[in-house]
Parts: sequence; C-alpha cells; structure tokens
Amino acid sequence: MRRPASAAAALLLCGCTGVQTPLDPAGEQAASIHTIWTLMLWVCGFFYVLVIAGLVWAIWRNRRVAGGAPQASTHDPGMERGLAIWSAMIFVGLTVLATWSFFVDRSLASTHEQNALHLRVTGYQWWWKVEYQEGPHPWWFETANEIHLPVGKTARIELESGDVIHSFWVPNLSGKMDLIPGRHNVLDVTPTRVGVYRGQCAEFCGFQHAHMALTVIVEPQARFDAWRLHQLQPASTPATPDAQFGQQVFQSRACGMCHTIAGTDAGGRMAPNLTHIASRPTIAAGTMPMSKGALAGWISDPQGIKPGSKMPDVPLTTTESSAVVAYLSSLQ
Amino acid sequence: MSSRFRPAVRALLGLVAAAALVGACDRELRDFGSSAPEAGPTIQTTSLTPGPGGQVPPDPRGEIYEKSAAHVSEGGRLFRWYNCNGCHSNGGGGMGPALIDDEWRYGSSIEQIYGTIAEGRPNGMPSFRGKATDEQIWELAAYVRSLGGFTPQASSSRNDEIRSTPPRNQVTPPKPSAEGGASVQGTAP
Repeated sequence: MRRPASAAAALLLCGCTGVQTPLDPAGEQAASIHTIWTLMLWVCGFFYVLVIAGLVWAIWRNRRVAGGAPQASTHDPGMERGLAIWSAMIFVGLTVLATWSFFVDRSLASTHEQNALHLRVTGYQWWWKVEYQEGPHPWWFETANEIHLPVGKTARIELESGDVIHSFWVPNLSGKMDLIPGRHNVLDVTPTRVGVYRGQCAEFCGFQHAHMALTVIVEPQARFDAWRLHQLQPASTPATPDAQFGQQVFQSRACGMCHTIAGTDAGGRMAPNLTHIASRPTIAAGTMPMSKGALAGWISDPQGIKPGSKMPDVPLTTTESSAVVAYLSSLQ
Repeated sequence: MSSRFRPAVRALLGLVAAAALVGACDRELRDFGSSAPEAGPTIQTTSLTPGPGGQVPPDPRGEIYEKSAAHVSEGGRLFRWYNCNGCHSNGGGGMGPALIDDEWRYGSSIEQIYGTIAEGRPNGMPSFRGKATDEQIWELAAYVRSLGGFTPQASSSRNDEIRSTPPRNQVTPPKPSAEGGASVQGTAP
C-alpha cells in the first residue's frame, strides 16, 4: 500500500490467474521465467515512463520559449551530461536484462536432477500420448491427454513427435518446448503447487491445432501413487449386458483397429489408449469435458465436432453406439 | 482520344490477367467424414479366384477419391496404420504381392481394388469390411492406385518416408498391353 502504482499493477494482474497462464506460476521453471517477466516489465516500464516524461517536458519547454528566437548552441554542458547519463542508464538496463535472461536460460537448460520421474510425451495430430517409463518394464503404462505429477518432484519429460512439429506448453509449470520428428527433446518440470493446469500445443500443426490440449493434475505423492497403481490395472470387465455388448462392438468393428484397451482384444497402437478413459477429465484432447453425452456425440459424429480429426465416422446403429458409450463410460 | 486512354486500358488488362492468374491458385476442397459421397451402387466384387469373371460396374465414388490429393494421402496414412506394408512392403511386395508393378490378379480398377480390400482374397489378404469404414477403404484403394502410378495428378511429389522407389507422381503407369488383364475386367494374366 505504500506504493500505489505497484498495488494497482498487482490488482490488474489478479485477473491473470487461472489454469493456463504464465503469470500464476505453479512450478519452479515457470517461477524463474516469471521473475524475468516481472523484471522486464519494471525495467521497460521505467524507461517508458522516462521517455514519455522527457517528451512532455520538451513540448512544455518549447511552448515557454515560443516568443523568442530559437537559440542554436553547439556547446550545452547540461545536455551533454544528460545524454551521458541516459546512455549509461540504457547500458545498465540492457546489461541487467541480458545477464538475468542468460542465467534463467542456463538454469532451465540444466537437467541436473538425478531421481526425476521419467515420462515420455509424444505429439500426434491432434492428441498427446503420455507414457510413464518409471522402474522396470512391467511398471510402465500409457495414457493420453492427461499428465499426473506428484507435487515437489521433478519430472523429466521426453518430447517426441509422431508426425509433424508440435510444441508442449503448460504455462503454469514451464516454458514451451517443441516436439520435432526424429528428435528427442527433454524438458524438466518441477511442480510446486497442487492443482489442475491446462497445457496446449503451441506450434501450428494442422486443422485441429486449437483442439490439442492436455490436462496436468499436480497432486500429493500419495494420491499420485494411488492413481499410478490404478493405471497399471487392465480395464475393468463390463458388468451390465449393455456394456458387454459395447465391448463386443468395440472389438469387432473399426474401434479396435486403432485404439487399445488393456486386457481386451482391442490393441491398435495409432490412437489414444482408452483403458481408463472414464477417469480422464476430457475427451478428444480437451475438446469436450468427459460425460456420457459428449462420448455419444463424439462416437457418432467425430468429423462434425473436430473436422479433419483422424477419428473416422464409424457407421454404428443407435443400439451399438449407446452400448459403446455404456462400455467406455464404465472404464474407470 | 484513344491514345489518351491507352495506358489505362493497358493497366486494366494487366489487372485482369493478374486476377486470372490468382484464380488459377484454387486448391481442392476437402470434405470430411459425413460430407464425403456416401451411398453408391453396391460394389460387385470380382470372383474370389483368379480367372475370367464378370464386369465390375464403375462407381462414381472411385473417381472422386482417386482424384483428390487429400484422400490419396489419407489412404497412405491408413496404409501404414493398418499395417498394409507389413505384407505389401510400401508397395514393393513381400509376403503379399507387389502393388507397384503392372500385374494385377484381381484387376487394377479402383472398384476392383476396393473389392479386394473389403472382401479379402484367398491366400492371405484379410477382409477389412466392417473393420475399416467405407470411406477409409476407398482412400486405401485410391492410394494403392497412386502407388502404381495411375493417378500422378493427385499424388504427392514427396514420399513420407525414405524409399528406394521414385515419388509417386513420377512412377510410369503400366503399359496398356500389360494392363490387358485388368481391362478385361476381372480376369488375371
């Protein structure tokens, strides 16, 4: 409250909190990027105010001497001193920004954490494959469009692409990094605050680039372990006759050609793994919130909801379609 | 009088020419899923065994799919997704017959290739009816046609992965004599 300007600025920035903003950091990397953002704001703001003040002063001064003839002077000690101070200030300002930026950049690039959680994220048109590759091979598992992370532990995310260039960006946790076909990029993320955050593809990648989001859930270690144990289980056996019929349809029709449901005959490797789809917050890479209605809409008209998506319009009867919905929504 | 207007007329003509030039930059329209042509005449497949068979009537959808670069390239994606190259090996053949030569046991027209994919063939070719949607089978058939160099205008000048074969728009289409087997539709060489 002592500085009204900073209080006003803080008030303004309160509008920038949310699930997808770099101004509300919830990770170490995002926090260090946020410091440089703030520093740039203050340094550039300071110089902006100074330049505007100089301009106003020049206009006012000109009006004051308007009556007399302009005085052309080749030697003006006051002006020379002013320009020298001005140059020195620009030099100091730029040096501070460049040095700070250099050190933040170095700290982000160093992957020194030894016991990081290891996962691999592969970008496809237009969804994210997420593979947890921690411990021996039987402990590995795969999910899609959602990442769970334990709070306070560094996660080392390997970024790869299955088709074109994508970019992984969860602004609350870290800066963005590209997923480039044939390359193997590594991004360290250390979440510091429990919460649900939204990430998005940040490199134009085709028709449905805008519908390529993922949810990042940062939770306490115990909850993360429970989630992980559950993900290692195969899909639950359908209980109701409706869901059982849905499973038959899923396996015998086009669904199983591309999708995997662990523990069943559906073993396609080209589309999101649906083993625990009902436990995810969204479907179709953040296009719609998870619900039976959204699932039904998505199955019956994917090309209407997400035109150009690689999910085809599969001709199913109403009975078959609602059975598949019943089956999928039972896959907790 | 006319000499005074000549520069203006010339400029106007230039503008019209430029507009015509830009008009030529039209790209093909893509239709997604349900907007693609749906029902057509039922495909009569060629007989299951090679040899003299009945005529396969042309299907209007065939031309739409094989002339669309988008459908042909989607077919290429599905060719990998459904592991067609597991047996046909990018068209060169392996466990299954080659698709870039000019020998077609069950005919080389897009309707016949559609039938082959949808119904399967003896000695290994599985049926994809119901497993792949109709649109996907047409796209696959269009891509297989492009492998043989039948549709250079809709094929990409670049392969998606490293291959020993030339780009699909530079493949020499089979000679008419070699296509003889397919032109008597349904018979095999």
